[in-house]
Amino acid sequence: MQLVTIMRPSAAGTALFATLLTFLSFLPAQAVTIERVISPGGIEAWLVADDTVPLIAMNFSFDGGTVQDPDGKEGLTRLLTASLDEGAGELTSAEYKARLEELAVSIGFSADRDHLYGSLRTLTATRDDAFALLRLALTEPRFDETDMERNRARLIAGVRRQEQDPNALAGRAFVEALFGDHPYARRSGGTEDSLNALSTDDIRAQMGRVMSKDSLVIGVVGAIDADTLAPLLDDIFGGLPATGDLTPVDDFEPVSGERISLSLEIPQTSILLGLPGLKRTDPDYQAAFVMNHILGGGSFTSWLYKEVREKRGLSYSVGTSLGPYEHAGLLSGSAATRPDRAGQTVEIMLAQLERMATDGPTLEELNGAKRFLTGSYALRFDTSGKIASQLVALKNAGLGIDYFDRRNAEIEAVTLKDVTRVAQRLLKDVAPTIVTIGPSGETATQ
Amino acid sequence: MFSLVPFRKSALRPTVALTLFGLAVATVSAPITVADAQARGGLDVSQITIAPNLSHFTLENGLEVVVIPDRRAPVATHMLWYKVGSADEPEGQSGVAHFLEHLMFKGTSTHPNGAFSKLIADIGGRENAFTSLDYTAYFQRVGKEHLPAMMEMEADRMHNLVLTDEVVAPERDVVLEERRSRVDANPGSRLREAMDAIMFVNHPYGSPVIGWESEIKALNKDAALAFYDRFYTPNNAVLIVAGDVEPDEVRRLAENTYGKVPRRAEPGARLRPAEPPLQGTRRIELEDPRVRQERFSQVWIVPSSSNAESVTSEALDVLSYVLGGSSSSRLYTALVLDREIALSAGSYYQATALDDSRFAVFGSPKPGTALPELEQAIARVIDVLLADGISEDELARAKHAMVADAVYAQDSQTSLARIFGAALTTGSTVEDVQSWPQRIQMVTVEDVKQAARAYLTKEPVIGYLKMPKQPGPEANDASAQTTEERS
Repeated sequence: MQLVTIMRPSAAGTALFATLLTFLSFLPAQAVTIERVISPGGIEAWLVADDTVPLIAMNFSFDGGTVQDPDGKEGLTRLLTASLDEGAGELTSAEYKARLEELAVSIGFSADRDHLYGSLRTLTATRDDAFALLRLALTEPRFDETDMERNRARLIAGVRRQEQDPNALAGRAFVEALFGDHPYARRSGGTEDSLNALSTDDIRAQMGRVMSKDSLVIGVVGAIDADTLAPLLDDIFGGLPATGDLTPVDDFEPVSGERISLSLEIPQTSILLGLPGLKRTDPDYQAAFVMNHILGGGSFTSWLYKEVREKRGLSYSVGTSLGPYEHAGLLSGSAATRPDRAGQTVEIMLAQLERMATDGPTLEELNGAKRFLTGSYALRFDTSGKIASQLVALKNAGLGIDYFDRRNAEIEAVTLKDVTRVAQRLLKDVAPTIVTIGPSGETATQ
Repeated sequence: MFSLVPFRKSALRPTVALTLFGLAVATVSAPITVADAQARGGLDVSQITIAPNLSHFTLENGLEVVVIPDRRAPVATHMLWYKVGSADEPEGQSGVAHFLEHLMFKGTSTHPNGAFSKLIADIGGRENAFTSLDYTAYFQRVGKEHLPAMMEMEADRMHNLVLTDEVVAPERDVVLEERRSRVDANPGSRLREAMDAIMFVNHPYGSPVIGWESEIKALNKDAALAFYDRFYTPNNAVLIVAGDVEPDEVRRLAENTYGKVPRRAEPGARLRPAEPPLQGTRRIELEDPRVRQERFSQVWIVPSSSNAESVTSEALDVLSYVLGGSSSSRLYTALVLDREIALSAGSYYQATALDDSRFAVFGSPKPGTALPELEQAIARVIDVLLADGISEDELARAKHAMVADAVYAQDSQTSLARIFGAALTTGSTVEDVQSWPQRIQMVTVEDVKQAARAYLTKEPVIGYLKMPKQPGPEANDASAQTTEERS
């Protein structure tokens, strides 16, 4: 890897759940019209038609991500998503992949805690072939034994790697401390034992429970119009079962006040802190979003960036982020520093949370944050694929098809009183759960 | 060619996108007649020119400017690239190029105390910077109405940087933490750093971009400013502006901002010490208790797109694709699918470099397969390719996939700007980038065979990333142990 490009990170949040969706749906409002497309068979998709580039990006999701793994079968959803592009119908895995490669089409599947996702990218010239291959994967997947074994081995290797990865270890301890017995605390990637116990019957059963039309959400961006798309939706997705069979998941408030110190001989101590946040549906969400931006959000001007990095040089990346999950809200922060400075770094981070709860930001800081958040509206999503995945996130969050037009006004409407209120609600008299991992002896948790 | 996206060597399944994404990009307005596409769902490559509507000119003080209109959204991407990277650093000061990049955000005599970043935050812009072996670049993405301010302030920091010990000292600590995060904490990164060091023993590509820890610690204000005064000058820079902009307007703005910056230095030709041919096998084995997935890699020094003859660089691109660039590649098919001894296997060729570059193959063994066994299996795949070359069908598939990906990548304004910036700071020209699809099209199976025989028959540098010996139950547990305290 010859060109190590070295970036100054925008303050990083904790990459705690692998595919955490960003619910900031920045789009150039003036450039985007979202159409609601309903197929003859009743399947709905949101479409942004744009033929500047001769390609089509389609993203879709189903309710029920890794949280739907049955007890003792952790990792099942991951194995399912890994297996869905491994051949379908008459095509073996190798043939299916060769066909995708020949057409220069990509089809992929993934999952986070709450959803199972799929995506497709095709040039317009190969559209019909691409859609046919997706239909095959969704309705006639083969799940051949050799392919499943290969994927199982790969997932197990991933689990082993994580056993020695400081960030993964810290992340796991963090999630377990925050979520206790709730299914969110489960190991979404599985364990060696749970992965070894999975069968193709399990994969088929999980597919039937999760991948159904009743929770299907579709976003399409690119060179296709609504009339053309509508009947094609039935061709692709019409063969899926009408309803799924999901296990209900309770809402949960993350546990605060835990202090966990993991000891591992590594050159740097990583720090994670977490406390209850807000779900996306909370009326205070936008106020919390603005508050988080001032505290530790993504620019070179946040309080944490200034205090931890700029003034004291304690950490290369430091920041906070909101995690609005389906069944819980989380506010988390992270940093990584020299082991002998870990205690100091934690103290400074906590002091900034405290300062936000007691003093709050100035009016000038609030206005600066609002200018940033509204001004960057047009920049965030610069590719068709990103816009398609945002359409899916928007629909899943229940924000409405007009959200892109409303969004800046909602940010503008946040007042100093709102931010102060939400800061007190979230940060006052709450001790965050703190996880550190680093060499023993020096990672004092004060 | 013109690869920019760092190749994820750790990716378990090399997908098409991995190798393809490093390729050149056709613009938004490229007249791609997909209707005429060939039977393979293909593209008529003869129709694809990359960024046919760009403007390219040079100011009187020597600043080169490229403007790439893209009017899909009312935003502008503004990037200033300096023709200086870590390979241009003075002896003993590894990391100074990257350290200066951090310090460039501290403020100038005209706009002190990080005023540039404050303004960008205030208008909702995005900014960042990056340093590589051969170039250093600064960029902003803003609403198009803010482009003049970006040009004024970026031009200002080309010659008015102010540094004090008060801001330099904590920033050095930040860089040391960055090094701990990126390198020290990651056995794979440490192995790559070590492999580079034994591969380039005389050429400065052997030193890490971020610098050696002891040398970072010795960096200071004076070293950073000396580097700045030597290399940060309009005649050593390339400006790329992409987005909803008019080329004439950009030219006028450039003349009024960058055009006012004096030629501050004459950096001269970028001649680095040559790498002598070295005899013998060079291997490095890095063992670490935190390695849970072993890994094999071997790397050859090969020509880059800048210094290769004829279509050698493009032939190496095709070679890399056929050998290990997709899930139907030779390596993946043989090792992962047929013999089932590897979890992943692939190859990459990094064409963008001012001097020589690298061609690498890699693989992660399945548990139960020893690294030497994987190494031999990879060697056999390469031997077959060296003996018989590639087939016409493989060649056609590779060309199609590589060029199709160029169409996909046109979706991103930033990617396009970066491709031109990297090319122009590593010895390539605008025309080189624009005609890349045609050059790929010219590659024959004979070219690929010649390139493979010319370079893959030389002694590679070999790296093993290993788990500690004898990870029996006990040792294994001890190494994996983390102790946990709750309070």
